[in-house]
Amino acid sequence: MDVKIANTTQSTLNKFPQKDKSNLIQILQAVQEKDDFLSPEAIGSISKHLRVSRSYIFGVATFYSQFKFNPPGRHSIRICLGTACHVQGGDFLLNVLTSELDITTGETTEDGKFDLDRVACLGCCALAPVVKIDNTIHSRMSVVKLKEILDGYE
Amino acid sequence: MNNFETIQKKALYEWQSLQENPEPVIYIGMGSCGIASGADKVWKQVQETISKEKINAKVLKVGCIGPCYLEPLLDIQKPGFPRFSFNNVDEQKTIRLLTEFLNGEESKLKPLGHLDPQQKEIDGIRSFWDQPMLKNQERIVLRNCGIIDPENINHYIARDGFKGLLKALNLGPEGIIDEIKKSGLRGRGGAGFPTGLKWQFCREAKGKPKYLICNADEGDPGAFMNRSLMEGDPFALLEGMVIAAHAIGANTGYIYIRAEYPLAIERLKIAITQMIDLGFLGKNILDTGFSFEIRLKEGAGAFVCGEETALIASIEGQRGMPRSRPPFPATSGLYGNPTNINNVETLATIPKILREGGNWYAGFGTKTSKGTKTFALVGKIRRAGLIEVPMGTTLRKIIFDTGGGPIKPFKAVQTGGPSGGCLSEKFLDLPVDFESLTQAGSIMGSGGLIVMDEHTCMVDVAKYFLKFTSQESCGKCVPCRIGTTRILEILEKITQGKGEIKDLEILENLGDTVKNSSLCGLGQTAPNPVLTTIKYFKDEYLEHIENKRCPAAVCRDLVEYRVIKKKCTGCQRCVNVCPTGAITGPRSEPHNLDLSKCIKCRACYEICRFDAIAGDAIVIE
Ligand SMILES: Cc1cc2nc3c(=O)[nH]c(=O)nc-3n(C[C@H](O)[C@H](O)[C@H](O)COP(=O)(O)O)c2cc1C
Ligand code: SF4
Ligand code: SF4
Ligand code: FES
Ligand code: FES
Repeated sequence: MDVKIANTTQSTLNKFPQKDKSNLIQILQAVQEKDDFLSPEAIGSISKHLRVSRSYIFGVATFYSQFKFNPPGRHSIRICLGTACHVQGGDFLLNVLTSELDITTGETTEDGKFDLDRVACLGCCALAPVVKIDNTIHSRMSVVKLKEILDGYE
Repeated sequence: MNNFETIQKKALYEWQSLQENPEPVIYIGMGSCGIASGADKVWKQVQETISKEKINAKVLKVGCIGPCYLEPLLDIQKPGFPRFSFNNVDEQKTIRLLTEFLNGEESKLKPLGHLDPQQKEIDGIRSFWDQPMLKNQERIVLRNCGIIDPENINHYIARDGFKGLLKALNLGPEGIIDEIKKSGLRGRGGAGFPTGLKWQFCREAKGKPKYLICNADEGDPGAFMNRSLMEGDPFALLEGMVIAAHAIGANTGYIYIRAEYPLAIERLKIAITQMIDLGFLGKNILDTGFSFEIRLKEGAGAFVCGEETALIASIEGQRGMPRSRPPFPATSGLYGNPTNINNVETLATIPKILREGGNWYAGFGTKTSKGTKTFALVGKIRRAGLIEVPMGTTLRKIIFDTGGGPIKPFKAVQTGGPSGGCLSEKFLDLPVDFESLTQAGSIMGSGGLIVMDEHTCMVDVAKYFLKFTSQESCGKCVPCRIGTTRILEILEKITQGKGEIKDLEILENLGDTVKNSSLCGLGQTAPNPVLTTIKYFKDEYLEHIENKRCPAAVCRDLVEYRVIKKKCTGCQRCVNVCPTGAITGPRSEPHNLDLSKCIKCRACYEICRFDAIAGDAIVIE
């Protein structure tokens, strides 16, 4: 087991009482905050801490779109597919991303450069369509602009 | 209450001093939306310029005032003047404003308006509130957004903050509930249940402890009213929660907020700490013996968790699945105890109602829908943004007077998000209230208003929403889980040109079944986008089915990209962007587009339309 992950998970878990599964979502959020995703090892530790089965944890975690089970890339791309972005052509942007990066949403490129996910509204619909890369929101995107922006990332 | 007076005096003094500051004050709109438009770069530039030019200015972050299309917004208050607002500010404009405008030099940079509420015109500059987008608004719940520093409780107090709470504490629980009933306030989360009555049920329910939950999940993918409100004026929501808690008899409250709203979460945390410090929250509030604490719970991203019983399950740490009601949360909610759930906007409206009285609030709106409502006015519209108008304002007034209408001819407006419907032109004179929207087949919802023009395909829109609801269905009931998926499959078939006439009838039947036999609001409303588009835009469905044609040129499988030879300047710009080499042709001569290689990515179309030397020669038909 990855020692680093094991240690951070344990120190996160220590902040929550044992056997109290009402904190499960918060624990998952805290672990993901530290590790950037939920590794099988981390889920194992949580299962021991709360005395609930792994499948129960997976059941809860997979229900919510926030939780990731793959390690993220160096850059995280979040494409907005909210209504405003959709009517302004968000699907074309998604097509550019999936074809240029050769991955679908929820995946990370083989070279570990980008991970890709969809979100429902980033809250700046007036600037639609938008794509968020790491912490920058690129607004009023077009197919051509998006390709240029992708080229700018290392 | 001496204590409150002292606090108030201090706050008023601070607010007044800010207006009369002997040095310039600069206000930057730093909501998430402002930041997305570049307000953070403006902020950096302001810091750099004032230090370089040795300008002794105060710089403040404020929330969002609402006209998103003007962002980033920056206000400058020169000594002896009110705030002057400047729109679409970038780094260059910032430098010029801080030099030319501040020094009073002759400058081409004219402010958009001034923010002095008392005056009409100052030095030939009109009031900010006179602009077409703001003129018809009635800002009750948004009154502080963009005006105050949302991280400074004194600004809030100076603008009548906590006076409603003070009055509420004097009135006592029954008195508060009476006042809310008088106001006619109905829930702003979508269903429109009378708020006073809901509080009364919870107050009268047996069992302790009681809980108050604020629903800040804002799951409608195309709406941001609650986010903007929490970022711009977190105190209003929190004051409303304290009042609600006192009315129902709760000592613990939760705010269930989307994790995607980090800035709102941060501002709420700061506001909570400041309120505890001054005795507006926590133990023994304003020495009345009443105690109330608020906890934040971050939602993990599931639309169905906005439904109240699913939300409760999620707070308890489980999968967010709805359960059947009754029992209603008012009698058996969080951990089986009486629980009252209200939306952000509902709660943030409360302080002002208490302060001005229920009758005052009931003076706005229509017979059955009182007060004002905020809307996120977006889509194909000139002036997009967040607005607040009296209930009963017509769609036409909202879309055309306030929003400036779409650039291309108007086709439809979508209200209520995934649970709502698309209304056609003939509904433009409909007064917006709970009943009239429901009657038209849509719903009020939480306040998303998405405008669509002739380049929006209504079948595609219906498909979009059904894709969303089928993915977000929690899977508990068969009609919702299977039904939405089946509807989606049929819509996909139609947009691929494989639809049959009988599909329309199947869609309508399936839609009715899902509506009538699902457990929760998600399933009960999911077919609305399909049913309303079939009802009001049947000709578009028929075009797809009979002529295999998408009139709006949106559905990929039904369109082709072509070069109009006469228009093509042979600039070769499209050749450079085409990923498949589908376009060929020698420079300065009309190009060829090989349909068998084209993947319909749209790159050539964009370039040909927007590049200066290109001839706008590529069409999608
Ligand atoms: C699928 C679904 C999603 C919902 N999403 C939200 C939401 O994001 N925010 C909200 O306030 N209410 C939402 N509601 C409505 C809530 O269930 C509830 O009626 C509301 O929070 C009550 O507050 P109010 O009376 O102040 O409107 C949703 C309902 C359903 C069925
Ligand atoms: S209607 Fe749909 S979302 Fe609601 S409980 Fe049933 S399956 Fe779940
Ligand atoms: S739509 Fe894309 S693939 Fe087709 S011709 Fe244009 S650039 Fe090439
Ligand atoms: S729909 Fe994309 S930001 Fe709102
Ligand atoms: S610019 Fe702030 S809500 Fe849009």
